[in-house]
Amino acid sequence: MMKWNLYSRGDKIFAIAVSVLIGMFTIATLYPFIYIAAVSFSSGFAAQAGKVVLTPIDATLDAYGYILKDPQFWISYRNTFIYTIGGTIMSMLFIIPGAYALSRPQLKGRRYFNLFIAFTMWFNAGLIPFFLNMRDLNMLDSMFGIILAFAVNAFNIILLRNFFEAIPQSFEEAARMDGANDFQVLWKVFVPLSKPAIATITLFCIVSRWNGFFWAMVLLQSEEKIPLQVFLRHTISNLSDDDEFSIALGAAGFSAETVTAAIIVCSIIPVLMVYPFIQKYFEKGILLGGVKE
Amino acid sequence: MAEEFSTALQEPLKGTSSRSEEGRMTRLIDHFKREWQIYAMLLPTIIWFIVFLYKPMYGLQIAFKDYSIFRGVAGSPWIGLEHFNTLFSNDQFIRAVWNTIQISALNLLFGFPAPIILALMFNEVLHASFKRTSQTIVYLPHFISSVIISGIVITAFSPSAGIVNTVIGWLGFEPVYFLTQPEWFRPIFVGTGIWQEAGFGSIVFLAAIAGVNPSLYESAVVDGANRWQMMWKITVPSILPTILIMLIIRIGNIMEVSFELVILLYQPSTYETADVVNTWIYRQGLQSGQYDLAAAAGLFNALVAFVLVMTANTLSRRFSRTSLW
Repeated sequence: MMKWNLYSRGDKIFAIAVSVLIGMFTIATLYPFIYIAAVSFSSGFAAQAGKVVLTPIDATLDAYGYILKDPQFWISYRNTFIYTIGGTIMSMLFIIPGAYALSRPQLKGRRYFNLFIAFTMWFNAGLIPFFLNMRDLNMLDSMFGIILAFAVNAFNIILLRNFFEAIPQSFEEAARMDGANDFQVLWKVFVPLSKPAIATITLFCIVSRWNGFFWAMVLLQSEEKIPLQVFLRHTISNLSDDDEFSIALGAAGFSAETVTAAIIVCSIIPVLMVYPFIQKYFEKGILLGGVKE
Repeated sequence: MAEEFSTALQEPLKGTSSRSEEGRMTRLIDHFKREWQIYAMLLPTIIWFIVFLYKPMYGLQIAFKDYSIFRGVAGSPWIGLEHFNTLFSNDQFIRAVWNTIQISALNLLFGFPAPIILALMFNEVLHASFKRTSQTIVYLPHFISSVIISGIVITAFSPSAGIVNTVIGWLGFEPVYFLTQPEWFRPIFVGTGIWQEAGFGSIVFLAAIAGVNPSLYESAVVDGANRWQMMWKITVPSILPTILIMLIIRIGNIMEVSFELVILLYQPSTYETADVVNTWIYRQGLQSGQYDLAAAAGLFNALVAFVLVMTANTLSRRFSRTSLW
């Protein structure tokens, strides 16, 4: 704000105009969320008639009552937690030791191992061979299959390897003097020193697991295994396709729109809860990510 | 006899070479004895890459085979380039290739400048907590899943219930069936992409702006330049390398339209503008079971992407010395 006094009249107008534009973009970003929240608390009749603009109309919790009574909602919610927590732990079990090994200068064939991993960022076999491979591995409709098959990606390993490589050798030498082996060096020296990078990767994993949809939809058939995103998709497409169902819902005080909105709200809440923690790291993380290859 | 003779001749040579080989072997064994732990740490990752990423590459050969589930990948008969002939005479596939390119081009045209403009504007905002708050908000949609994004879009653009048609109604127009009309798919898709990613994308450019030498601005102030001039004469030229690299990366990824969101938003009535290569592969392969043809389409897509990405990498390396990377 000190600068403000030094600004010419033109600069002040410019700064105000920019702030107004930023404010408008911010509101435009926020508005859809507010709108969805308003729809979720409105009566089905008001929502279907398109009366909801900013605040709930004929406020009611009927839509929430409807989904919270659906056992499938809770099953999917639980599954999403399993995929997110299990998947993130699985990722770390591969990525941290793998990145450490690749960062060691004494690793023979290090160049080739790095190329072996980086190549998968540039060339991908695609959907069909991946799917057929999962079938051959007997991992269709398997929760463990989902957790394992998406545990690693080249980008995260390379990101962490770069971070490990930048750690000065002196840190390691002290531990080596005390007779530490590689596992101890990794655990007691590298991991504590790499907290920001590991936190970033953990958060990337959590977010991608929480949001994971496509492969869960393709690979999982049993209702008791599907995550929240697939359940949400089923609900949205059933509700919008099935007119009779919508009418039945409408009579009950909620509608396809309010139920969809309520599920959206329920699945965004955990993201909003961890978001402040994510935010601390992702700005750093995206810049780490810039250091490619 | 002759055999004996030749072995006898070779003996001394073999002896020396095996001795040095032995030396190398013992050194290698020593190395593995000493360093086995790092190999043990690497092994699971290597196995994972082989099982989940390289084995499917082996499976890609079905693009050249008449694949049947019962015969398996290796047992199915080769048929050469037949699937590729089928592909390039398939109107829907050709259309999907063009749609991919056109949607990517629109993303580039409108989606690429958005985060740059946003970053330049954030740089001009003086009020720190206002800046912080609005940054927090505009980064948020990046973390929202495509299913939720599609749910929001479907609700907001619904003909009877959606806010967009409510506003259109206020203005005295008839409701528009946005999601069933082909001409609306791309504006909605690209617009949604900007809404979701512009904020998050601005982080890279903000970091580049933060790296500009402050003395440049100081001397510009002495020369009497205003903020607008400084933005164009100092900030933009300083972050140009970053802009170029990001542009090259975007062009390298032109075959990658976020098909998950396409699957969630398109319908048969909008296929003509919405169907991209990966959604076509998804329907042909995973829904209709034509695995070999779909795998051929995937191979084509992957090869084009590979060439583009490699070209982009080479180009960006040329610029990278002057940039933040």
